[in-house]
Amino acid sequence: MKNYIKYMALSAVLLTACEAELDNPIEDGGVYSSGSADFSTFVAVGNSLTSGYADGALYITGQQNSFPKILAGQFALAGGGEFTQPLVDDNTGGLLAGGTQIQPNRFVLALDADGNPGPVRLEGTATTDITNVLSGPFNNMGVPGAKSFHLVAPGYGNIAGVATGASNPYFVRFASATDATVISDAAAQNPTFFSLWIGNNDILSFATSGGTGVDQTGNLDPSTYGANDITDPNVFASVYNSEIQALMASATGGVVFNIPDVTSIPFFTTVPFNAIPLDATTAAGVNQAYAQYNGGLAQYAALGLITAEERDARTINFQEGQNAVVIEDETLTTLPNPAGGTLPNIRQATAADLLLLTTSSKLGTLADPGNPSSVIGVGVALGDADVLIPEEQALIATAQASYNATIQGLTQANGLAFVDSRAILNQLADTGISFDAGTLTSTFATGGAFSLDGVHPTPRGYAYLANQAIGAINTTYGSTIPKVNIGSYGTVNISN
Amino acid sequence: MKRVLVTSLFLLASAITFAGGYRVGLQGQRALAMGHTGVAYVNSAELAFFNPAGLVFLENKINASAGGFGVFSSVAWQNEGTGQYAQTDSPMSTPFYLYGSYALNENISLGLAVYTPYGSTVEWPTDWAGSHLVNNIELAAIFIQPLVSFKISDKFSVGGGPIFVTGNVNFNRNANRFLTDLEGNRSNVTIDDSGVTNWGYSVGAMFKVTEDFTLGANYRSEIILESKDGTATFANFPNDSGAPITVGTTTIPSNGTTGFTASLPLPAELTVGGSYSKDKWVVNFDYTRTFWDVYEDLDIVFSNGQESINPRNYKNSSIYKVGFGYSASERIMLRAGYYFDESPVQSGYFAPETPRNDSNGFTAGLSYVISDSFAIDASFLYVRFKEINESYDYVDDGSSFGGTYKSSAFVPGIGLTYKL
Repeated sequence: MKNYIKYMALSAVLLTACEAELDNPIEDGGVYSSGSADFSTFVAVGNSLTSGYADGALYITGQQNSFPKILAGQFALAGGGEFTQPLVDDNTGGLLAGGTQIQPNRFVLALDADGNPGPVRLEGTATTDITNVLSGPFNNMGVPGAKSFHLVAPGYGNIAGVATGASNPYFVRFASATDATVISDAAAQNPTFFSLWIGNNDILSFATSGGTGVDQTGNLDPSTYGANDITDPNVFASVYNSEIQALMASATGGVVFNIPDVTSIPFFTTVPFNAIPLDATTAAGVNQAYAQYNGGLAQYAALGLITAEERDARTINFQEGQNAVVIEDETLTTLPNPAGGTLPNIRQATAADLLLLTTSSKLGTLADPGNPSSVIGVGVALGDADVLIPEEQALIATAQASYNATIQGLTQANGLAFVDSRAILNQLADTGISFDAGTLTSTFATGGAFSLDGVHPTPRGYAYLANQAIGAINTTYGSTIPKVNIGSYGTVNISN
Repeated sequence: MKRVLVTSLFLLASAITFAGGYRVGLQGQRALAMGHTGVAYVNSAELAFFNPAGLVFLENKINASAGGFGVFSSVAWQNEGTGQYAQTDSPMSTPFYLYGSYALNENISLGLAVYTPYGSTVEWPTDWAGSHLVNNIELAAIFIQPLVSFKISDKFSVGGGPIFVTGNVNFNRNANRFLTDLEGNRSNVTIDDSGVTNWGYSVGAMFKVTEDFTLGANYRSEIILESKDGTATFANFPNDSGAPITVGTTTIPSNGTTGFTASLPLPAELTVGGSYSKDKWVVNFDYTRTFWDVYEDLDIVFSNGQESINPRNYKNSSIYKVGFGYSASERIMLRAGYYFDESPVQSGYFAPETPRNDSNGFTAGLSYVISDSFAIDASFLYVRFKEINESYDYVDDGSSFGGTYKSSAFVPGIGLTYKL
């Protein structure tokens, strides 16, 4: 019996000895260095971009490919610890509050009857109910929809405020208490390393609303802001600084991201301004319908009520071929209509106008099914909420430039790693970024970088951002964290 | 004493003979213990594989050898560029052999051989970094061969016979590096076929130069296994429509089962060698050339219109083998050997389903005579591969999959020899 045991032990030794072992195994640690950073407790703070939100929803596989999750996977090679996320309950996306759906399901790419692919909301029942509060803490503190000042707002996770918009259903799911703030829940974990990407929604909600919100520059009380307003740059600077300080209280370092240009994301660049194809006969007919409007403009210009420039900009002219969409522009001069009331404040779009992705399903359809001349974009103008006109873009750009100056200043002041996501997204939009199986671009649905909501990245897009963060971290802290291969990350999901 | 023996076996076993590609060089305990040599070694029915010409020189009227091996192999992989790593968890594979010969008269012997010279069992962790090339593969072929051996003179003999092969394959890999269904399950394809048959042959010649010194040569033909009746199962694709869908330049097959065709060559092999016996000692030298260049690519054509083209571009390769035997006593014969096995895989074609580079095989073993008729044979092989940085540069999306590989294999074997 003794011998038997001895031989058993010997065989075990022999079998173990035959396991192939590399000379310098990554698995045993020691291959990569964390430099002067300590990745043992990594906490990611931010909005939807931090949460792994994609395809217009938060769903499990999206969260599993969030950029902080990808980062944490690489940090684990150099002392990084566990990384927990407040995972939702399914891959359907969508949220329920007490059984009632309050956020829609995710988009998937499906083929229509003609075999053309397009985004549709996935059918199925959402199961993630925000009344089911998870017990944290969670390393991923990304809250979809959060603006800079929301992270420091007590009660942002209080379910009582969801219906009125005072709180956030995603934070309700994992706030430590009804009066907790996102930043206090993050800081309470004593992060040794953090990421912060916040401020996008401070301009983006204005942009995606077609500029229907208010530029609150000068108003220092964010509690008075509407959901689609632009945050005052001083408010941003103040809360951003306090967030950095709260995280730096325990951290050895962190990585921060600046705010990309809205013009670099497909939500604003996919629908062309001249999306209306017409034949000569139809064009002539449409011009006939606008003859009175055009004539009125000419008269008001002659009278000096509007400039010749405004007259030219507003004069509607359709031709055979591709034509610019007719849009509402609230900055145009309001003119009396000889027939009563006022003339519509409309003009044809130019390349400087950004038509929202959501107009793609409206353009060319009839506003009034009984009226064949009510084609949206031709006989009926696209509304203010459908288009981001240059004046609105300018408000956004001004606020964005100020936010980015704040971010960069605080980056330098605190010795943080900095990801110029603005430059990265511009590069994706302009030339694309090549990888080992092609080129990643911003082109909607097919470019690979952006998910089907046109705003949030795909897993591959998030992986690319994670790689840029790793590069910045290695440079700043002298670490040697390896990058991931973005070709191993998925793009848009097809469903058939 | 026992412990000392086991320990010394362990020390001896610092290298082993395991052939490149999916050739499994384990065709006899006695041969393996001597570096898998035997083309000129007249000793047992193992000649049925190594050189059927020698069967007629065996002293006894009836000879038989049977045995099997347990192959414990593992491969470790990592990529320092990305920090990814993986290790195979391959189940033990069990190559076996069964040889017999019967002397009709002094000049003619008949024989039968059943053996498993080709196979591969590799199991990577499901969805590992190289899962678009292989998750797991199980490949096995059984050779069944009737033989005849003629003595042309006291010094010269020839032998050979037709080979009937029956093979099976099961191979699973992911569709590409990222595709999943909506629940995040990786899209994958499994091909499965069994009872794939074909015919080949082997012929050999043996020349007794002197009483002590023998030369031998043996050639085994190429056999191509063509799979036509197997099933291919597409699973976890985001398409349940029953027909492929095309989005942009991407075609996504539907989940379900379809047919496929593929062919896998089992390459020809030529071995020449010599055996010298003096007093209690035997020394064997064998040289084997394997004609791997027939394995140009692995093309799988599915009945649903999908196709998978995988260039392999193997090159012909050599194995250099040496073995020693020593009669320690009336009852005990000790054996040891070494071989160097050149990999047929060329740089840039290093695919993780047969991750073999050049290897050194160290062998040892012994025979213990139980009675006039029976002997127990044991052998032990340890194959050590050098760590290698290699890649497969022909992934169909244009990418390359590579990193640092290290393989090893540990093969104990046991068998029985009978003579009458």
